[in-house]
Amino acid sequence: MAEVLVLAEHAGGEVKKVTVELLTAARRLGEPSVVWAGEGAQEGRARLAEFGAAKVYVADSGEFAEFVVAPKAELLAQLVGSASPAAVLVAGTTEGKEIAGRLAVKTGSGVLTDAVDVTAGPDGAPVAEQPNFGGAITVRSRVRTGTPIIAVRPNAISAEPSEGAAEIVAVDFTASEAARLAKVTEHVTAEKGARPELTEAQIVVSGGRGTGSAEGFKVIEELADALGAAVGASRAVTDAGWYPHAFQVGQTGKTVSPQLYMAVGISGAIQHRAGMQTSKTIIAVNKDPEAPIFEIADFGVVGDLFKVVPQLVEEVSKRRQL
Amino acid sequence: MNIVVCVKQVPDTAVERTLTGAGTLDRASLDGLINELDEYAIEEGLKIAEAHGGEVTILSVGPEKASESIRKALSMGADKAVHVVDDAIAGSDALATSLVLAEAVKATGFDLVILGSESTDARTGVVPAMLAERLGVPQLTLSSKVDIDGTDVTVRRVSDDGYDTVTASLPAVVSVVEKINEPRYPSFKGIMAAKKKPVRTLTLTDLSVDASAVGLANAATEVADFAARPPRAAGEIVTDEGDGGTRVAAFLAGRKFI
Ligand SMILES: Cc1cc2nc3c(=O)[nH]c(=O)nc-3n(C[C@H](O)[C@H](O)[C@H](O)COP(=O)(O)OP(=O)(O)OC[C@H]3O[C@@H](n4cnc5c(N)ncnc54)[C@H](O)[C@@H]3O)c2cc1C
Ligand SMILES: Nc1ncnc2c1ncn2[C@@H]1O[C@H](COP(=O)(O)O)[C@@H](O)[C@H]1O
Repeated sequence: MAEVLVLAEHAGGEVKKVTVELLTAARRLGEPSVVWAGEGAQEGRARLAEFGAAKVYVADSGEFAEFVVAPKAELLAQLVGSASPAAVLVAGTTEGKEIAGRLAVKTGSGVLTDAVDVTAGPDGAPVAEQPNFGGAITVRSRVRTGTPIIAVRPNAISAEPSEGAAEIVAVDFTASEAARLAKVTEHVTAEKGARPELTEAQIVVSGGRGTGSAEGFKVIEELADALGAAVGASRAVTDAGWYPHAFQVGQTGKTVSPQLYMAVGISGAIQHRAGMQTSKTIIAVNKDPEAPIFEIADFGVVGDLFKVVPQLVEEVSKRRQL
Repeated sequence: MNIVVCVKQVPDTAVERTLTGAGTLDRASLDGLINELDEYAIEEGLKIAEAHGGEVTILSVGPEKASESIRKALSMGADKAVHVVDDAIAGSDALATSLVLAEAVKATGFDLVILGSESTDARTGVVPAMLAERLGVPQLTLSSKVDIDGTDVTVRRVSDDGYDTVTASLPAVVSVVEKINEPRYPSFKGIMAAKKKPVRTLTLTDLSVDASAVGLANAATEVADFAARPPRAAGEIVTDEGDGGTRVAAFLAGRKFI
């Protein structure tokens, strides 16, 4: 069976959820081999084995963190050359898409981004399902040149365990001069606290300009914590500095696909909808009955969020105690 | 400094969009405008030229109609434009588009290429990285801040969990996010001046790009099929009468979220 390369997303030896989702999809196409760029593979190995990784290619180099994107693309290109995989799957994050793009140029291959599902077509080659126009149309696409490269949206495929050997294979890799041109001199991470990661969360509670201020935005955090949810924000909120940019949902922020999305004090502009429209269930709270967010809501309350949300928090806590 | 800003004309996102029989976007039936993020790229190019001297060239690959967007970019203050028009380009994927852009950028000459980080119609976000790869210059993408000091460029790169500070030497490829600036509106004077600014039209032959490398028929990806997703069933909208929170809780409980 042909190998399918899966680029692992990891931090401090911990495997990100999207990676086991990619492994689940990769098993439909062939035998999954994880590509681990950087340190921590020994710590991550058990989890990769749990989701069916046959091999783990490890290139333990500091260059992946030191230089932007290019070294990872180069490592993948090297492995595409040596392993002739049936496909390469990467996480559909902004960086994942950039890696995919460079790899596509290096290998002369077609690249599909924003996939929400990947299956084997009649000939065994991958078919990617992509939502279009903010989810109104579903397109199924194929790659017809080179090695199919597919960037898969986090939280779109449900991960299923399956045992694998996860045999560690050390890879000899040194980034070329051309991959060492853009140097990272500082890495700053936003405080996310104990909440689940935005793109991985089952429930996302997002607040908009309706919260009025950084102080007002705290009701969003309270509701998120009551539900065990991640916090998101509209651009109006991140622009005003009420909440960090890393939590922006939308066209130029994160794309999320949770089981439940709550839009509170958000009008539902097309750029916001582009980042959340494929959520399974959508709830909106807005004082304006004409707000476009209600058009896509499964349940909506026309009312003042400062009355509705505290009551909801109290109600949720009450039910939790039962 | 030679600054090239890549501008794509896209369909107006506010109107309904349809797909052609081939599953590509039906662009012909739509009014075009500048891809939103490219306005931020133009603004950044103008600011850098104002601060450090230099010339801003708009580069667009697209049909005849894209000249509307090119004029608008010139009326914002760019100096000149290059428009790559060729029937063979229609339906190109990102791989082909980046190839044409790379050849056009080389033909124009550049110290800095600035792009939007994503187009609203394709939404692939891969073209800037592909262009950096093809040109063999540093990739300074997803920037919310760009500083130039002599031949050094430092950007703040928006990451998934915060930001990175990234440094490289010119020439380089930069892509911008909307946090970076506030694009200016064309002034009346700017609009008048734009009419006289030079726009150079190039074909694939001028760029020595083989037509077999571009276009729908040669795309490295293809649409197998597509379907309209069933529209979301109309939801239940209620007005808060002092019980709004309780009703949301009941809905959540009904769906087993709590
Ligand atoms: C290039 C570009 C990219 C963009 N990318 C993004 C993006 O990634 N994400 C994004 O979100 N936006 C993005 N936008 C911006 C987008 O167009 C909207 O401006 C933005 O989403 C508005 O945010 P909002 O809904 O919070 O604010 P508003 O549109 O001002 O809506 C606030 C809502 O709160 C309601 N409200 C006010 N007070 C209360 C109250 N007390 N109780 C209940 N409801 C209340 C109001 O009725 C209103 O509907 C982008 C725009 C551009 C041009
Ligand atoms: N046909 C084109 N002509 C000029 N610039 C383009 C074209 N296509 C893409 N770009 C640039 O690439 C950026 C990212 O586009 P994309 O990767 O298609 O989402 C855009 O914001 C533009 O700056």
